[in-house]
This record gives sequence, structure tokens and C-alpha cells, in this order.
Amino acid sequence: MIFNLINRKLFTLLKVQYSNMLEYRVEIALWAISGIIPFFMLNIWTNNNLNESINISDTLLSRYFLCAFFVRQFSVVWVVFSFEEDSLMGKVSPYLIQPLNPFFRYFAQHLAEQITRFPFALIIAFFFFIFNPETIWIPNLGILLLSIVSTFLSFLIQFLIQSIVACLCFWTEKASSIERLLFIPTLFLSGLLAPVVSFPAYVKSWIYLTPFPYLIDFPANLLSGNDINISGGLIMQILWIFILFPLFKKIWSEGTKKYTAMGS
Amino acid sequence: MLKNIIDVKNLSKSFDISSKEPGLKGTIKHFFRRQTKSLKVIKDISFEIKEGEIVGFLGANGAGKTTILKMLCGLIYPSEGSILVSGYFPFRRKENFLKNITLIMGQKQQLLWDLPPIESFYLNASIYDLDKFEAKKRIKKLSEMLEIDEELFIPVRKLSLGQRMKSELLAALIHEPNILFLDEPTLGLDINAQRNLRKFLQKYNEETNATICLTSHYMKDITSLCKRVICVHEGAISYDGKLDLLLKKLSPVKEILIVCRSEEDAIKLENSGFTVKNKIKNEITLKIENNAITSSLKTILNNFDIEDLFINEPPIDEVIGKVLIKKDYDI
Repeated sequence: MIFNLINRKLFTLLKVQYSNMLEYRVEIALWAISGIIPFFMLNIWTNNNLNESINISDTLLSRYFLCAFFVRQFSVVWVVFSFEEDSLMGKVSPYLIQPLNPFFRYFAQHLAEQITRFPFALIIAFFFFIFNPETIWIPNLGILLLSIVSTFLSFLIQFLIQSIVACLCFWTEKASSIERLLFIPTLFLSGLLAPVVSFPAYVKSWIYLTPFPYLIDFPANLLSGNDINISGGLIMQILWIFILFPLFKKIWSEGTKKYTAMGS
Repeated sequence: MLKNIIDVKNLSKSFDISSKEPGLKGTIKHFFRRQTKSLKVIKDISFEIKEGEIVGFLGANGAGKTTILKMLCGLIYPSEGSILVSGYFPFRRKENFLKNITLIMGQKQQLLWDLPPIESFYLNASIYDLDKFEAKKRIKKLSEMLEIDEELFIPVRKLSLGQRMKSELLAALIHEPNILFLDEPTLGLDINAQRNLRKFLQKYNEETNATICLTSHYMKDITSLCKRVICVHEGAISYDGKLDLLLKKLSPVKEILIVCRSEEDAIKLENSGFTVKNKIKNEITLKIENNAITSSLKTILNNFDIEDLFINEPPIDEVIGKVLIKKDYDI
């Protein structure tokens, strides 16, 4: 019953946030276009024949970076910036005294934004295939479904990491600065700039213990059909969610005690 | 006998404030070694509020009235003391407690800026577990009470401040809370909008027996809605009681402007033993104690040639202003 109620609340939140996001469709289209880093990286890799060093063909590498683009489109998170602003300006106050954790609002906002991004991402993919027809492939349905699940789990991990950092603004007021520290390992270790497989073996073994490769590298490899340990990757994603969620709950309950409702 | 719905005992709240000396030296010192001190903004206050009461919190800027309201609704955590609101410790933010209260801040909004208010109403309705039919019924009822109709379908950013405030009220009351915390609800509204809002709150209180805690710098809000006021001075309660009693205590005299037929009469009156505030030609202003008004007027009318007479109540803002700068009113 509780699950149904949350579902109903989330569904309404999602509907309303989707209407809200449609007001910003041009902005979202621009955001979608701005996420084409993987295509630049693909260009650098193929022009310099770097893929030969890791035994990946041009086609597979192209598919990897296209999938990295897709995973990134549906797992991008900015909650730390929204929450920090709302918290410092006191905008979060009315939501704190409603019987729904304010983070559900941000969660719905992100999902709504992803739905709005979807057609733009498809258009970009369409143009990618026009210029790279050899990369066209049809993943099997099972892999496609697992990739969607994995991308969603990746989104959840990033959302939880950023939410934990966002809660630090109850203490530091500028939590987004801490998030910038996380941006560097996210950029390099997540597989956005290079597949994790390209790192030296001893570095790789350490990277796989962090949450970063499960943000882009694992779901992108899964979707592009590369040979990976699917169950191991999914288990690690779920494990990280199980670690991060209680941490978020703890930091949230301690942090709200520090909330001073500034600006209101 | 009405039961207490709010029970506050020995409540205190402290904030850690960092301070910085001026100039470059101060900035560098501040960078390496931050000086923080604990500032007690609410000092050991206790009070009770009964079900259905409308209580006004009065105080100068920074006196602590908004902080009290924020603690009562569970927004901020108290440093010491106990609060019980409707049987709950507010900060635990239990679902049943949250469904019973609302907080409206004049300068803050919860409506989604780019969407029409109706979207926010349905969203709030689902957050408070109202089904669509019930939500529709309540929106209709409240919009009639607030006299808003077409505005419900216009994006919030295009509404006037008054229309927006009405919509904020509707969004905040859709779950029919029993306790309303209102922090300067009429801030920035024009006179008519202020009056309509007051009328609405009065009606809401009469119809639902809701308890209302209100802060406002507009004295009209306080005088037309609140029988009881709690005056807060530097974090402590300086007065808690009936508003009319406070006004009587603070303004024990009335000013009476008397227009005499001639300047000679005015001079005679000036020297007749009354307290004179000022005299300009044949017009003289006397200060007379409230309990001596009738007898004094009788004497004046019988002994002097009077052309006209005006009794002036001292402006309420001026009277209440005295409370805001004094520590204690023992009435």
C-alpha cells in the first residue's frame, strides 16, 4: 500500500515535472547536444589508432562511444546544484514540511528531463548512423532491457552520490565545490573519455572497486555488445546503491537538524 | 474547555555565527582561523496556544518571531526545551503531523513558476494523499472563498503578487490543515488584497476552527485577526496576553482636539488645569486619561464656548511600536 502511494505521488510529480520541462525544451535540446563529448573522444581514438592498443575494432569502439553518449544522456545528474540553491535561498522550506522527502521532487525532475531529452538523443544518434553506417547494429531484446536497467542503476548511483554531497550544504553551504572534486574521477574513471579496459591492469583492478566504472563504462559496454561480466557488473551497481542509500538517509537526517531555513 | 494544541516549554535556539574583522588583515585571519560564536536567538520561552485561537507574534526585525514559527512547524531543530504541536514533536516530521499543518511565508513560494497554479494544486493533493475527486472539490471550495478562477490556469510567472499569494494560500490549504503558521502573509500586497486575505483567514478560522499563528509587520493584520498577541523582544517573550489589554496599558490617555469659539476661550481652557499637548490660536489639544474622558468632557462643555471637538485614538502602529523596543510588559 505504501509502495502504491509513493508510486502515485511519484507519478503525479513526474507528470507535473514533465510539463515543466517541456517549457524548457530548447534548453534541454542544447543540453543534449552539449553531451557529445564521447563523439569527440571517438574521433581522437580512431584518428590516432589508439584502439589498436586495446584490441578493439573501429566499429566496436564507435558503438561503445555512441552507447556512452546514450548512457550519459540518461544518467546525467545536477541535483547538487539545484538543492544547494534551494537550500541556501530557503526555497526548500515549504517542501520540508510536506509528507514527501524533497529529494523525490528532484528525482522526478531528473526523470522528466530524461524523457524530454529522449527524442533529441535519438536525432543525434540518427545523424551518427548516417555518418557511420557501419556501426549500425540491433542489440538483442534481453541485452537492451538489461542495458536500460543498468543505465537506470547508473543514474541512481549518481543521484545518490550527488544527493549525499548536496546534503553537505547543511554544513558547508557550498557543497557544489565538493562535487567538483568528484567530477575529475567521474570524467576519467567512468569510461566517458576512454573505456576502462584501456587502463593498465593494476589500475583497472582498483577502478573496478569504485562506483565510477559502473556509471558509464559498464552500461555502455553492455549495450554495445562487448564481452563483459554482466551479472558481476549489475551486482556491483546494486551493491553501491545499497551502500549509498543508507549513507544518504543518515546524512539527510543529521543535516536537516543543522538546517537554518536561511532566506526565509 | 478548549484544549491546548501548542505547548512550548523553556524553548531556546542558538545559531553558530562566524564573524570577520574588516579589511585585508581581517580577511586573511578569517581564512585561516574562523571565529565562530554561538548566538542565542530564542531564550527560554514558554507559552500555550488553544485550539482555534488566532495568535499574533509581534516583534522588531530579528526579534525571533519567525524562528519560533519555524520551530513550531518542524522546519528547524530546537537547541533546548520542548515543543508539542497537536501532540507531536514537530521536528520528527511525522506524516500525520505534517498533514495537520501548513506554513505560508509571504516572501517564499512553493508554486511551480512556469506552470499554472492548478498543476501545483493537484501535485500537492497527491502529496497529501487526496484523490482527484476530493482535490477537485477542495480546489473549487477554496477558489470560491479566495475569489480566484481564471488565474488558476495562467502560468504563475504571469500572475500579479496578489493573485500569486491567493494561489499560494490555496496550495498550502488544500489538505485542510488544522494549524496554520503564517509568516508575513500580506507582505507586499496592496490594501485591498491585504483586506481580502484577512477576510479569508477569518472565514477559514470560523469554518474550520483552525489554529492560526501569525507574524506581520502590518498592524491591521494583527488587530483585525488576533485577540491574543505574543510580543517577542530579543528572543524572549515580553508580553503574552490580550491585545486590547495591551493597547489600554500602552495608551492610557486619549488626545482631544477642541476648537474654541475664540482665542480667549482657548487661553482660559489652557489655564484650567488640563494637560495640554499643544495650542494653536483657538485650537487646543488636551491629553486626558481614558477613565476620565466622560467627566472631563462634561466640565469642558459646561464651562467653555466650544465650536467643535475631536477625540483621537493614538495610531496603533505607534502604540505597538513601544512594545517592540521594551523588554517587559507586566500587565
